Amino acid sequence: MSTSAEAVRNAVRQNAEMLSSMERPRWRWYLLAFLLGAVVAFGLYAFTVQVTTGMVVTGINRPVMWGMYIINFVFWVGLSHSGTMVSAILRLSHAGWRRPILRGAEAMTVFSITVGGLFPLIHLGRNWVFYYMLPYPTQYGLWPNFRSPLLWDMMAINTYIIGSSIFLYVGMLPDLALVRDRSSSWKRLVFAALALGWRGTAQQWRAFAKASTMLAALIIPVAVSVHSIVAWDFAVTLVPGWHSTIFAPYFVIGAITSGVAVVITLMIIIRKAFRLEEYLTPLHFDNMGKLLLAVTLLWSYFYFADVLTTWYGHEPIEWEVFSFMASKYGVLLLIMLLGNTLLPIPLLCIKKVRRSIPAMLGITLMVNVAMFTERFLIIVPSLSHKNIPFVWGSYFPSWVELAITAAAFAGFALLYTLFSRFFPIVAVTDVREQTELLKAEHQLGRTRLDTLVEEE
Amino acid sequence: MSETNNRIKWGMVIDLDRCTGCGACVTACQAENNVPLIDAKGFAQGRNLHWLRIERYWEGTFPHVRARFLPMLCQHCSDAPCEPVCPVYASYHNPEGLNGQVYNRCVGTRYCANNCPYAVRVFNFFNPEWPQPLDQQLSPDVSVRCRGVMEKCSFCIQRIRGAKETAKLENRSVADGEVQPACAQTCPPGVIVFGNLNDPDSHVARLARSPRRLRLLEDLGTEPSVIYLKGGGHEYVG
Repeated sequence: MSTSAEAVRNAVRQNAEMLSSMERPRWRWYLLAFLLGAVVAFGLYAFTVQVTTGMVVTGINRPVMWGMYIINFVFWVGLSHSGTMVSAILRLSHAGWRRPILRGAEAMTVFSITVGGLFPLIHLGRNWVFYYMLPYPTQYGLWPNFRSPLLWDMMAINTYIIGSSIFLYVGMLPDLALVRDRSSSWKRLVFAALALGWRGTAQQWRAFAKASTMLAALIIPVAVSVHSIVAWDFAVTLVPGWHSTIFAPYFVIGAITSGVAVVITLMIIIRKAFRLEEYLTPLHFDNMGKLLLAVTLLWSYFYFADVLTTWYGHEPIEWEVFSFMASKYGVLLLIMLLGNTLLPIPLLCIKKVRRSIPAMLGITLMVNVAMFTERFLIIVPSLSHKNIPFVWGSYFPSWVELAITAAAFAGFALLYTLFSRFFPIVAVTDVREQTELLKAEHQLGRTRLDTLVEEE
Repeated sequence: MSETNNRIKWGMVIDLDRCTGCGACVTACQAENNVPLIDAKGFAQGRNLHWLRIERYWEGTFPHVRARFLPMLCQHCSDAPCEPVCPVYASYHNPEGLNGQVYNRCVGTRYCANNCPYAVRVFNFFNPEWPQPLDQQLSPDVSVRCRGVMEKCSFCIQRIRGAKETAKLENRSVADGEVQPACAQTCPPGVIVFGNLNDPDSHVARLARSPRRLRLLEDLGTEPSVIYLKGGGHEYVG
């Protein structure tokens, strides 16, 4: 009997550890939330200036009609890609090491797609009539134009926001019930409502397992389609440098690259902030590092294939875009190539680097800086040097655009901070499932057998 | 294209060999269509609103230099790249071959401007304002556009509409040469000719059959309704 009592004590201790982020926060949490909130507030002020003055406060001009907002849009949609995708793929392939990462990655997806989805609206010349783009019945008898990639975008992003939120929420149900059981007063009522009457019966667990697997399988095509559609915003146009068939898969890979990198960054932050060293071990970083290496290689291949065909064909209008990019934005080009290809590929081949947390933090941040640069280099040079040389130009973002960009990063961090405070940031159920499997001794008749499951 | 079967397809011929680059068409267009004035700073930043511009290119090396002028305006493409990308149908095609722009419908995604290979679509960065006394000369036939929407050459659609209404009252069809956009009306050397391309006897259709004809960026397959005429010959710079 003592062993089972100990097991229960052990389980309770583990639960408490993993839910520690939900305890009463310290002053540092309030300070962080306040600072992030201040940056967001400044971004809101900048947006107000833009709405009341006009797009003249941005760096947008003719010919560069799309700037920082669309760069942000592509970047954030890209980030959102991986959370759910990584979680779903690892779930389907039964990778045991995924378990502590799951929740953080899925929440990351929901928040970054929310932030990303705001940018096409911020970017509008007349934000106040954005609803013209929605298919709603009007007395004009007008529907939006379903031939426009922007409409595909809106549909895809809304689908993805809803889909990834459901994915996050369903995966969280048993944990919400756990929090409900551990809390009291009004908090208990809130979590009781959120847990949808989860009791942990065998039937509920069976339904839960089936639903998680099905959602994981369903969310992958959605994720791929979302970023393909973002790529088609560019690829279906006639703009030199954009009009390329490789764009959809190239964007998907780019999105996964930045997404995997940001999942690792967040893992490092969560591990440090909530003292989860026991659950997020170097093994996890090793595995995620391998995944990052694989996608970085793929990204480099796609980039090479895209540039090679342009260079070989040397079609003058298209080549002009590339040579302009190299001359005017040479530094950015270098940052992109170093951060996405030349540095991470050799570094991630080394096991010591993959298992070193500071090194991984550096690499993943670098990859995302490079990915942001890549979005800039896709959008700006092509628009700057289009077909008519008389209206060639260039682009530099204004303070309004930079403030709104900073607000996006702060807003994302703020959402994440709030989420980790109010919801279980570690997937307690999944982690416990694994540890129980590892530690369990199975009673077979009169003998006791150790479990055969091994840690990957 | 369905519009080849239509009775009317509006088109324009621009004879580059006649153009002197004087810019009268630019001024006429600005006055006719209530195009706001943009100061030098805005101009330098690429926020000007010209519906029609004279592009000047230099040919040859010093001292044998020659300026070439290219009046550039919306090409009213039959297969216009700006139209399908607009999410709200602000950019649409009318049955007479015109590229329409519905200002009230436009939300300002600026997607059409990106996809226009001729870069003739302009965006209202500012609130429209005219210094005294220019605010007194606004054309009553043309709406003033608010900040945040796209605009571009309309082939002076208000004049087309006016001519059609007059013709209807007199129970006849629009005669050749009856509709003249402001630029064509103003041009001193008569570079610009406007009319119905689907009427084989019209002035514009006869000029459009010239061996000197060319259309801009024709390889993109946009099928522009603006036809340029340009010969080699004595213009050659050796």
